[in-house]
Amino acid sequence: MKVPVSITVNGKQYDKMVEPRLLLVYFLREELALTGTHIGCDTSSCGACTIHLDGKALKSCTMLAVQANGKSVTTIEGMANGEELHPLQEGFHMEHGLQCGFCTPGMIMCAADMLKNNPNPSEEEIRHGLEGNFCRCTGYHNIVKSIQYAAKKMA
Amino acid sequence: MTYIGSSVKRVEDKRFITGQGRYTDDIVLPQMTYACMVRSPHAHAEIVNVDISHASQMDGVVKIFTGKDTDAAGIGGVPCGWQVDFKNGDTMKEPPHPLLVSDKARHAGDAIAMVIAETYAQAKDAAEMVIVEYNVLPAVTNSKIARADGAPQVHADVPNNLAFDWELGNPREEVDAAIAGAHHVTTLEFINQRVICNAIEPRSAIGHFDTAYDKYTLYTSTQNPHLIRLLMCAFVLGIPEHKVRVVGPDVGGGFGSKIFHYTEEALVIWGSNQIKRPIKWTAERSESFVTDAAGRDHITTAKMAFDKDGNILALSSDTFANMGAYLSTFAPAVPTYLHGTLLQGLYTTPLINVSVDAVFTNTTAVDAYRGAGRPEATYLLERLMDTAALEMGRDPAELRLQNFIAPFDGVEQEGYQTQVALQYDSGNYAPVLKRGLEMVGYEQFRADQKAAESTGKLLGIGFSTYVEACGIAPSAVVGALGARAGLFESAQVQVHPTGKVSVYSGSHSHGQGHETSFAQVVADKMGIPMEDVEIIHGDSDAVAFGMGTYGSRSLAVGGSAIVKSIEKVLEKGAKIAAHLLEASVDDLDYAEGKWTVRGTEKSVAFGDVSLTAYVPHNYPEGLEPGLDFSSFYDPANFTYPFGCHICIVEIDKESGVVKVKRFIAVDDVGNVINPMIVDGQIHGGLAQGIGQAFCEGAVYDESGQLVNGTYMDYVMPRADDLPSFEIDRTVTPCPHNPLGVKGAGEAGCIGATPAVVNAVMDALKGYGIHDVEMPVTSQKVWNIIHGG
Repeated sequence: MKVPVSITVNGKQYDKMVEPRLLLVYFLREELALTGTHIGCDTSSCGACTIHLDGKALKSCTMLAVQANGKSVTTIEGMANGEELHPLQEGFHMEHGLQCGFCTPGMIMCAADMLKNNPNPSEEEIRHGLEGNFCRCTGYHNIVKSIQYAAKKMA
Repeated sequence: MTYIGSSVKRVEDKRFITGQGRYTDDIVLPQMTYACMVRSPHAHAEIVNVDISHASQMDGVVKIFTGKDTDAAGIGGVPCGWQVDFKNGDTMKEPPHPLLVSDKARHAGDAIAMVIAETYAQAKDAAEMVIVEYNVLPAVTNSKIARADGAPQVHADVPNNLAFDWELGNPREEVDAAIAGAHHVTTLEFINQRVICNAIEPRSAIGHFDTAYDKYTLYTSTQNPHLIRLLMCAFVLGIPEHKVRVVGPDVGGGFGSKIFHYTEEALVIWGSNQIKRPIKWTAERSESFVTDAAGRDHITTAKMAFDKDGNILALSSDTFANMGAYLSTFAPAVPTYLHGTLLQGLYTTPLINVSVDAVFTNTTAVDAYRGAGRPEATYLLERLMDTAALEMGRDPAELRLQNFIAPFDGVEQEGYQTQVALQYDSGNYAPVLKRGLEMVGYEQFRADQKAAESTGKLLGIGFSTYVEACGIAPSAVVGALGARAGLFESAQVQVHPTGKVSVYSGSHSHGQGHETSFAQVVADKMGIPMEDVEIIHGDSDAVAFGMGTYGSRSLAVGGSAIVKSIEKVLEKGAKIAAHLLEASVDDLDYAEGKWTVRGTEKSVAFGDVSLTAYVPHNYPEGLEPGLDFSSFYDPANFTYPFGCHICIVEIDKESGVVKVKRFIAVDDVGNVINPMIVDGQIHGGLAQGIGQAFCEGAVYDESGQLVNGTYMDYVMPRADDLPSFEIDRTVTPCPHNPLGVKGAGEAGCIGATPAVVNAVMDALKGYGIHDVEMPVTSQKVWNIIHGG
């Protein structure tokens, strides 16, 4: 009952046979072993599974792998350019925007989309933009600063 | 370079920001199978029959175990690690907590069967086809109701569901007499509601039995690998401890919920030997909600008595503490020795009596959640203080200052002996409150508050000053209080021939940044670059022993163990250096990575000494080769951080919406190794403490269902619910550990909650109310304002 999908992930095309019910997040984690995308809630509430689909941030537990057929996915593993970190990755490091690191990939993917649409967000806009992502460690304080760091660097 | 005291960026970050963190669910072993638990949907129900016949035949199913199988294997269940006796001396009631229940389910989520299949989807499909016949019984979820005659009995042999009762402090008659004769008495009856820890990584465990070596490996999302091994081997499965390796890899937040030994850990280990294949179990979020030990859940009546000048005369408190359906690993300690012992607060209260009934209910177990007992104590005291100030027409800050214990450093002045068993190590309380008042601009605020009245907004300010007990804990002391374990820590400092250093710590980092702050300590004390130091933790085959991370103990206890080992390394290194320099040990100084003969240019570098230790050709006679030391550090006392939290809320009168406008925190956690990391710990604690005040809380219906058991229903603070925090600190070193540190992990969560509620009460003081129940939702506030 498996069906074929062809999904480009971090610039590389993968042709796989998958169960129609397989969620995109399980495709990434289990079929491709890209375990940087995390599962925190099963109800699309926590944002730990946020990836980019054709350049837009999306919770990968919200869609099926078959719905991503023919599309292009970017995960946290695809954000750095070789050894050169993405400004958001650098920002999270420099501003201590992470503690346990579990929500971090989703935060970074969400923030990357946010900054694409609004390169110079206010603190209020950043906080509003992060509304779909839970962090239980940082109280969000340093996540806001991390995104401000990246916005400045990318300007 | 001086590393201690500087905000060194974290060395562990790289793997997390690039998606290379390795959490338990990320691990895949050859031939691995997947488990799905069949859980009771009922809070209280006899299990009449479990039919696995159809499920067993389904695609991919490898094996299904039920309670009959674990009963037949003679597995008794997971133990409790702390014994608290009844007031009359009887041992607490400790009914078994089976891995899989065969007789009756005692809370919604109790596991009845473990279905193992080739994929998780197949296991889940088959779990749905396990047919369980129940005889549903009435359930009880409220600890006060459960205590009453005629309430449903969670365990047949525990009358009135009372696990134990407990009392501490001055005789109740003396306290009651002082209260009866007092000028003013403030009384509060309140619920400190159940909250769910909600680490964003759901719990996960992989059991692997390696038939080649007859050895088990458990990968588990734990704060506490060695203790899990000890409990599981000695008390659950009866397997030899040296044949079990427990690994706590990267762990996505704990906050207490991952301290404890859970049934699923023992199940996947036991099951992996039955089927001779690895088994992975990972909780879905709704499963975490009903199986992770929760926090708080106290129903309390407290009285604080004052003389006419506002001096505190006495305090009494009576609490029903909900234990849930079973006693979790440290549960009995939380409402007793981590709560009652903190009711002195920072005040000179001369008479205190605290009484606790620990009660079983048909709910998920309750145990330590960030702060564990100390947030409940602080909430009790600090709500009383602000309420008393309001009732007596006193300023809440002044009332506190008047009653503070005078400064003591634990060196020149003795520690402070409380009425409730503890001796505080050092404290200087007025400066944190005064600094907080300065930061908030107290006088200006009161003017703004008046001005806001005409705008449809209500402003309120709330105070909270706290002292807590960290650095858990002196083994003999906790042993006398019922702990069934020591609470020391161990560390090995292994110097390699090239002078590089591996440090094996029994503490476990799950966000605290030990790989950085511990390395700062090692590099500074040894005078070597941080890059030459690696911190290894979380693997019982690498680290000889450990007691894990909780109770803000890692640096105070684990860090002290590291310092002890470093001292041994440097002492032996000096002997080798003296030999190489043809000098006496007494004539050597050690600084910046080399031993120098005092008053000369003659020196030998650390790397030359380490090489000599492993290539001992020219070597002191009688000295063993090698440079590698282990130490165990058992603290002399708890540590006692303290602080002042001030919250400003704005309430929209029309909607009742409460907005936390500003939050000021001045904490004193002793000496600070890495200010950036300490600030981060405070931020996170504040968010959780504030969350309990205004949005979080488990809600059960009458049948015992947790009705908000998903992230769609359980409200936690999101980024736009919180302000940026304004924080500062004072430094009062701990007098009894080598680093002078006290611990920062829980402070934010301990102080914050009452500050928020006090601020709401201050905003609503014109509405003639005495208290408001947490969480302070906009609906509750709207009802107060509009008389709904």
